[in-house]
Amino acid sequence: MKKNSMKSKQSILDSITDFESAAWELPPRATFGITYDDPIAQFSKILKTVGGTAIRVPNTQALLEELATLDFLAPASNIYSAIPEFLPSTVDLAHTDTPQQLHDLDVALVRGELAVAENGAVWVTDELLRHRVVLFIAEHVILIVSVASVLQNLHEAYEQLSFGKPQYGVFISGPSKTADIEQSLVFGAQGPRTLTVFLLDEEPAA
Amino acid sequence: MNHPQEAARFLANAKRAKWHDEALWFVRSKRDMAAADIPEWEQLRQQASQIKAHTIANLKTYLQQFEQKATDLGAHVHWARDASEHNTIVQSILRDHGARRIVKSKSMLTEECQLNPHLENAGFEITDTDLGEWIVQLRNEPPSHIVLPAIHIKKEEVGELFHQKLGTRQGSADPDYLTESARNTLRKSFLQADAAITGVNFAIAETGGIVICTNEGNADMGTGLPGLHIACMGIEKIIPRAEDLALFLRLLARSGTGQPITAYTAHHHGPRPDGQLHIVLVDNGRTEILKQEAFRNSLHCIRCGACMNTCPVYRRSGGHSYGYTIPGPIGSILASARDPKAFYTLPYASSLCGSCTDICPVNIDLHHQLLAWRSEITRQKILPLPKRLAMAALSHLMRRPRLYRLFGAISRSIGRAIPRTLLYCRFNVWGRQRELPPLPKKSFRRMFQQEAARREEKQHEK
Repeated sequence: MKKNSMKSKQSILDSITDFESAAWELPPRATFGITYDDPIAQFSKILKTVGGTAIRVPNTQALLEELATLDFLAPASNIYSAIPEFLPSTVDLAHTDTPQQLHDLDVALVRGELAVAENGAVWVTDELLRHRVVLFIAEHVILIVSVASVLQNLHEAYEQLSFGKPQYGVFISGPSKTADIEQSLVFGAQGPRTLTVFLLDEEPAA
Repeated sequence: MNHPQEAARFLANAKRAKWHDEALWFVRSKRDMAAADIPEWEQLRQQASQIKAHTIANLKTYLQQFEQKATDLGAHVHWARDASEHNTIVQSILRDHGARRIVKSKSMLTEECQLNPHLENAGFEITDTDLGEWIVQLRNEPPSHIVLPAIHIKKEEVGELFHQKLGTRQGSADPDYLTESARNTLRKSFLQADAAITGVNFAIAETGGIVICTNEGNADMGTGLPGLHIACMGIEKIIPRAEDLALFLRLLARSGTGQPITAYTAHHHGPRPDGQLHIVLVDNGRTEILKQEAFRNSLHCIRCGACMNTCPVYRRSGGHSYGYTIPGPIGSILASARDPKAFYTLPYASSLCGSCTDICPVNIDLHHQLLAWRSEITRQKILPLPKRLAMAALSHLMRRPRLYRLFGAISRSIGRAIPRTLLYCRFNVWGRQRELPPLPKKSFRRMFQQEAARREEKQHEK
């Protein structure tokens, strides 16, 4: 830290000394999250309202069949897939030195760690993702989530997440969108035009 | 600045004002539906408010904890006393990295600090990448709303703007076409950028992480491409624990736009393996607000924009009429804290209906604070002299019942004789859009006495 910033830090901290005495109690962890009888159905419903598509598949075979029906996949030439058994990659991130080289990425397929029924969000991290921008720069994003990891609400989600190490993680709920021109909803504002989430019943072997 | 004057300019175009009013009411209605879907909504507000109160009471501890944790993760933390120091820090980071082209995602703090003009004067090229923010940047004007920066602009105007600046088809006002054109142009800016500047929605003391929410994914496009990320935040953005995010995220997007959550909620813990993360903590008047007990909880604000959408004055006067970075009820409070003299009309830009207080996701007593600012303005003798004299005269009258009665009697007897031209002369600002009700023949006191007597008589008859 530079000397000036150090001085400013001290000056800011000095201005707030007096208020520590007025301590308010920190409330305990919230225990009142909404729950749904069928969280999978709720997740799918919410994802649809925010412009995404959820498809539940019983096993890998069914997933492959569903993937084959996605119309944006046929013409796609640049595909990054984190799970080659589901979809072969044409782009090798290990040999992609800069994220800018991914400018013409058509499709990205990655695994989501967990999903939230309440708001249709899927948690994705960059743990196995050299360039996290694939989640945003691709025209179409496909996420694979295990049915067992669909949670009721955000409180449950944060109970499971841990943030000890350097990492980037993001809740993704629907494709990129904007309503900045007269409140008209348009998908594919700066990022992906579509988001497809596969909810897989049978946990694939790691 | 003068809110009534600016509001009058906005209202001169009645059709447009109505359109603006309805557009915001539509957003407000979506918020109501989203809130109604959550049975524990009031508990969420209550707990979120309590956490904010706790945090600002222990701000020093949490800021230091955040700095320590963020530094451990490999981020660089900077402290800025005021706007100019913030701008200098950002500029020097950019200079040290030889960065010239910058993509910026929406940040009300950098608006507050006037970072764009500062950097542009120093030769940097800045592109605001949120579509609404970019539209107002191209028009060379500030945002008129903190969540919907271009809510005051018609699609035909965006069409004309893009035709001139991007060469889109003349006369086209199709939002799909215009958004696609913007996407193509902004994509180039993202790919060429040397650095990304973002705001911060929440900073977690316990983990040293920062959270950034967008719908367009523009912040993540920015921070995912160039290796240098500068995140600028007011010191009140701190929350104690990661799990507290559940509360705030559940409230934020639902309150703002009626969405269950923003499309992207990014959690940055430390820099990218191939990049750098700089976090600038900015005071710029916040510790001053902290010292004033009556206004302290305005620092709870999570910038959802709900108080603007619901405010009958905001909806009918437009964000620019406030002349401050943050408009609406919360903006009027924050502007008053910054400079009560310059912004003295803002606490009066409210009907005190209390809708803002009812809707605020972190239970800020907004309309009470607006009222408190009015007394503060009176105490500091900031109001113009004629208004002060009128108020003093009224107060004198109201505190003397006999004089008040006499004044009433005189008004009732000669009031009807006052010619309209005199009664609605140019000094009667109140009468410009309003008509006085016809003067009653009797005073309320007289009517009440007569009614009481009549009832008593009736009782006797029975």
